[in-house]
Amino acid sequence: MGPFTEQPSGLVLPRFRRDDEVHPPLDSPDYRSTALRHPKQPLRVLEHGLTELTGPVLGEDRVGPLDHDLTRQHAGEPQGQRIIVHGRVLEDDGRPVPNTLVEVWQANAGGRYFHDRDRWPSPLDPNFTGAGRCVTDKNGKFEFVTVKPGAYPWKNHPNAWRPAHIHFSLFGRAFTQRLVTQMYFPDDPLFPYDPIFNAVRDERARRRMVAAFDLDSTKDHWALAFRWDIVLRGQDETPPDPD
Amino acid sequence: MSERLETTPSQTVGPYFALGLTWEDGAHVVPPETPGAFWVRGRILDGAGDPVPDAVVETWQPDADGRFPDNTDPQGTGHGFRGLGRCGTDDEGRWGIWTVKPGGVPDREGVAQAPLLAVTILARGLLNRVVTRIYFGDEAEANAADPVLSTLPPERRATLIAERAEDGSYTFDVRLQGENETVFFAI
Repeated sequence: MGPFTEQPSGLVLPRFRRDDEVHPPLDSPDYRSTALRHPKQPLRVLEHGLTELTGPVLGEDRVGPLDHDLTRQHAGEPQGQRIIVHGRVLEDDGRPVPNTLVEVWQANAGGRYFHDRDRWPSPLDPNFTGAGRCVTDKNGKFEFVTVKPGAYPWKNHPNAWRPAHIHFSLFGRAFTQRLVTQMYFPDDPLFPYDPIFNAVRDERARRRMVAAFDLDSTKDHWALAFRWDIVLRGQDETPPDPD
Repeated sequence: MSERLETTPSQTVGPYFALGLTWEDGAHVVPPETPGAFWVRGRILDGAGDPVPDAVVETWQPDADGRFPDNTDPQGTGHGFRGLGRCGTDDEGRWGIWTVKPGGVPDREGVAQAPLLAVTILARGLLNRVVTRIYFGDEAEANAADPVLSTLPPERRATLIAERAEDGSYTFDVRLQGENETVFFAI
């Protein structure tokens, strides 16, 4: 198989760098739903074998022609600020992750999800479902056209509002790289009050979840643009030849 | 060593992931008519023993001969085996995938492992995925020799073993927290 080196002594497998300290602790009391859902036993460290170093082939056959454009999935156009969201999927050594599936979902411009369990009094938009997918190109690039999602209330604490965000799901090229996260918008005044955003303890790490306004990619009289690169764990350097 | 980029942090899938993560064929790792295929079914339970109705389970495995799809193949075709299962839980916390028993693959030291499914669980209230493994109850000999299972205390080992029912399906319940908490792995 491609990424693995055959040596006289057998298959030499790489390891992916561990980045546990970047991610929010599963036990984050300010986000109340973690209380009964976080494991209390310590996680057991697992060495990376073939299972962890491989990943699914999820190519163009999973993606329809309009899946990347959330503004063209219905008869009419959705309400809201039209935006382009684009960026690259990279490994931590800077190498792009090509041909990998990117799945997104989001609320509409008023902050309402097209989902049975979302019943807060903000209208659904008959022209917006809020789900998209695409496959990165050979340089790891992805691009979606959508509308800017609104903030919405939730029941975590009195008068709790989530900052506007788009959910992203990524597979990378290995089971170790699976990542589900949220992309936020610059300068959101709700950041200081959101326990999900702030569950990421390091301020610099939180900033890596915030897209940048990208003037060069805006389209005159059409759409604003935001750029967001997603960085997945990369491989350790190839181990030296045992000989 | 060259300068590394810093990785993007994880966030919860939240309660509305079904919008973006539902695949019509998600539960079918293999097509319905595949000879020898079976259901692996279970429930996801929280620390109070209540069902988790907003979780998604993903499984990853090689085919019956122990071959993984190869996503480094420029044709992107692998060998026609998807290897990935995905199923959201229902109101009772139930999920299920239709698959075949994977071939055993050696670990990185070359030691034989018992057949296993790698599992990712995502849910509202989980700020990062949790990772576990499903082993098969009718592989007692291979399980006893497995380099991961055999390092676990016996009472915790059972949390990773799916028992075979009379109809040929396997049952695998996940307890996120508390009594009989499932073994989770840091990968």
